[in-house]
Amino acid sequence: MNPIIEFQNYSFKYRSQQEPTLRDINLKIYPGEKVLIVGPSGSGKSTLASCLNGLVPFSYPGENSGTLTVGGKDPAKTGIFGMSKTVGTVLQDTDGQFIGMTVAEDVAFALENDCVPQDQMFDLVDQVAQVVDIKNLLHHVPTELSGGQKQRVSMAGVMVDDVDILLFDEPLANLDPATGKRAIDLIDRIQKEKKKTVVIIEHRLEDVLYRDVDRIIVVGEGRIVADETPDKLLSTNVLAEQGIREPLYITALKHAGCVIDEKSHPSHIESMDLQPYKESLKTWFENVALPEKKKETEAALEILNLDFSYVTGNPVLSGIHFRINRGEMLSIVGKNGAGKSTLSGLICGFNNPDRGQILLRGEDIGSKSIKERGEIIGLVMQNPNQMISKPMIFDEVALGLRVRGVPEEEVKERVFETLKICGLYPFRNWPVSALSFGQKKRVTIASILVMNPEVLILDEPTAGQDYHHYTEIMEFLKELNEKQGITILMITHDMHLMLEYTDRAIVIADGKLIADDTPARVLTDEATADRAYLKKTSLYDLAVRCGIEDASGLTERFIHYERQVRSRG
Amino acid sequence: MARLLTYAEKDTWIHRLSGVTKMIFFLLWSIVGMITYDTRVLVVMLLISLVVFKISKTEWKQVGTVFLFILFFLVFNLVVIFLFSPYEGEKIYGQRTDLFHLFGNYYVTKEQLFYELNIMLKYFTVIPVVLMFMVTTNPSEFAASLNRIGISYNVGYSIAIALRYVPDVQADFTKIRHAQEARGIEMSKKASLFNRLKSMAAIIFPLIFSSMDRIDVVSNAMELRGFGKNKKRTWYAGRPLKRNDYFVLIFVVVFCAAALIITFLDGSRFYNPFS
Amino acid sequence: MKKSFGIKEVVAIGIGTALFIVLTNVQVPFPVVPNTSLQSRVAILTFFSAIYGPVVGAAIGLIGHALGDALFYGSIWWSWVIPEAVFAIGVGILSKKYGIKEGNFTAKKIVMFNVVQVIFNVLAWVVAAPVLDILIYAEPAKKVFAQGALSVIGNILVAGILGTLLCAAYSKLSVKSSSLSKEA
Repeated sequence: MNPIIEFQNYSFKYRSQQEPTLRDINLKIYPGEKVLIVGPSGSGKSTLASCLNGLVPFSYPGENSGTLTVGGKDPAKTGIFGMSKTVGTVLQDTDGQFIGMTVAEDVAFALENDCVPQDQMFDLVDQVAQVVDIKNLLHHVPTELSGGQKQRVSMAGVMVDDVDILLFDEPLANLDPATGKRAIDLIDRIQKEKKKTVVIIEHRLEDVLYRDVDRIIVVGEGRIVADETPDKLLSTNVLAEQGIREPLYITALKHAGCVIDEKSHPSHIESMDLQPYKESLKTWFENVALPEKKKETEAALEILNLDFSYVTGNPVLSGIHFRINRGEMLSIVGKNGAGKSTLSGLICGFNNPDRGQILLRGEDIGSKSIKERGEIIGLVMQNPNQMISKPMIFDEVALGLRVRGVPEEEVKERVFETLKICGLYPFRNWPVSALSFGQKKRVTIASILVMNPEVLILDEPTAGQDYHHYTEIMEFLKELNEKQGITILMITHDMHLMLEYTDRAIVIADGKLIADDTPARVLTDEATADRAYLKKTSLYDLAVRCGIEDASGLTERFIHYERQVRSRG
Repeated sequence: MARLLTYAEKDTWIHRLSGVTKMIFFLLWSIVGMITYDTRVLVVMLLISLVVFKISKTEWKQVGTVFLFILFFLVFNLVVIFLFSPYEGEKIYGQRTDLFHLFGNYYVTKEQLFYELNIMLKYFTVIPVVLMFMVTTNPSEFAASLNRIGISYNVGYSIAIALRYVPDVQADFTKIRHAQEARGIEMSKKASLFNRLKSMAAIIFPLIFSSMDRIDVVSNAMELRGFGKNKKRTWYAGRPLKRNDYFVLIFVVVFCAAALIITFLDGSRFYNPFS
Repeated sequence: MKKSFGIKEVVAIGIGTALFIVLTNVQVPFPVVPNTSLQSRVAILTFFSAIYGPVVGAAIGLIGHALGDALFYGSIWWSWVIPEAVFAIGVGILSKKYGIKEGNFTAKKIVMFNVVQVIFNVLAWVVAAPVLDILIYAEPAKKVFAQGALSVIGNILVAGILGTLLCAAYSKLSVKSSSLSKEA
């Protein structure tokens, strides 16, 4: 069989850059294969994808050497339109990809551009809508859809062209864990039923491995570092070396001193042969210490019996009741649209609750304005681009102080100090645009920190970040929490984040608080995880399959051990 | 955006008309409404507008707030016209019949009242049609309709994108405003004009620059799915013209032609009952 | 279609118009003159015209004003829609000269930008709008010129302050990171 995608000694350099982004790529992908491409940010994995659909070199100009054929064509000669008949691309930003006014129109978009007559379009759209299970949504507008549904629409929109290759650019980035699982399942089904070639770019490896992939290609610094079957790859240390997160159960086994053997089929925890590792894991479990319980301190924030609705009779939150201690770092989790952001909006005063109180250090803040609350409670939005309102970093961080009339001398001093804490001091005279996404995030955090808030609320602090940047941001937040004593509240659906960095998780589902417990226990309790659209951690399966009864105990020990490893550097 | 006019799905024969028909009707009707000052024509148009409005089953709650706003604006406008030019009627109709004295040099004249009545009529002939057009035309059909009447599909699609992303931009705006308010940006009346403009910049700046990113993503997404590759394109949401559409089109063309002929029969766009 | 009008321009018009519409009811009351307000959407139009040129600018002005008024106020005053295009074309025609995208929006160019902005605001609101009002609606000349004169003050202020700030900010953002160095 001839490969459907073939790179031969392929290199590519963007016009705006000094160094090539891809070097000497040799890669063959055969028809009907399902391939996962992983690599840290800046490794060139996204550029690799853009070579396939023609965005490189047409939208992102540059020079290439070597050859590339996709479906018998050279994308650099065929152009974006030509390639769109062979490669269907599902972009990461589902809102950006959803162009049509309604679901049906969006699915039909490519057909409209091909001048397909209307009655044929109706049929084709119906057929493809059936495949991705959005038939009952055809007349909905984008604002009525969840992230997962929008992604299905995007899939339908490229499949309607009957492409041979489906290319997914970080399909899991904006989905909660349960929805992500369903997306992976759907991709798998389509690949099998329709005999498509599937290429997935993603750094959430464990989540993609929920269904089989044929090969995993690891990209690092523009080169292909590994091209292996999942079983083989997981038995090496390539992933860790490249800064990609291994599946948690693999890491746990490695901590227990096990050497992973390819023959034990490590790619799925459900079917992995654990016989060789059981004993070591048990021994490890018995010898590793549990973390010490943190002492209850005074309350930083108390939420008392909060009810809220945008439209009367249609409650978004009801009976929310919990307390946050000073110096705590905790997470609020739940599926997209469960009311997490509404809750943070109520705390910050964007909306007023219908009933209930919010106490800050025992004092009711109901009558305080947004601005007044903003001096004590800082909010960092998910997308830094939506917060930054000054072109220069210094001015951006100084904004909150300047509008409060702080003298310029003091502004300078406090801004410099904050920039030092955030590791941004060397960049103080740079424009914001010269920074990476992660650095911009730091700027937004700095711009809040400078006002010395007691509580910091972060909305999805690590969304769209690879493991390296994730760790960087989270370690930074941990340091703030430990050294500056700031109480940190994170709204997230990242299970790793809640497990690894928070001591407590508040779980919200359908407007109600359904759990307030340690993350380990939340993520090993199937009922809670299901209701909140989380996914129980693979450590749970590992424990059960190795005969360790206390699954959450294993998880807690694992996390504690990990933290110690990290703090030792 | 509670008071924004939005399309509401209903089943009347007006809703079932093609967007093209409604758009042509709306455009011709507005043009004639703009040109003519013939009271007889305006009265007939007003009656037809009201009938059409009634048939479309448009409810008060759909258009009420907007209507009150227009009414307020209309009254304000009429008063301002009077204050600036109390004898405009005299100029147009060539005579002056004082009714009563108001103050200073301001007399209320029959001609001025008639002139302002005509202005009011002009508003009222067009308003129901605009309102009805907005609430009975599926925005999906908008672009298809424009393309059908000969406007480039690029322009049509720009409008489609605008309508598609208004809710998203609106949501972004609210989010950004909240976040900036929490940082201490104040939009209250206390601040000086320059400071308020600066606060506004603090919201508009992130809004525009995150939108610039969106422009890149959306144009890539459109190109990847073949937008602009052919000179023409078809429309999923377009609605073919049916019998009723042709009736309406013939009616509006004939009516508008007649209205203009009647208006200009005496060589002026004004109907003069005084001569 | 000419090459100068590609997908990016189509999308820029779309998104620009969406911004324009959303900002239609974001206004700062203008204390100097009663019953007028500073229209933040003017800043959007100024900015997009200066960045993307006259065609995109004019389209955003025309579509945004007509659609925005129709959606919010249920009526369209064509005599006030068309001047938006006059203004946008005026500002946009020199878009390449401002050097905003190249990060070169210097004091001299800021002055030029503002001179252009003021001239075309005056042409749009003190000439085009009142003349159209008289032609289309036969409104009294004195009234419409007074109206135009009042609105032009606000628009010049918004375009001058917000528009300049936005363009200057965007210009600073286009500095490439390769020309920067870390400081200790």
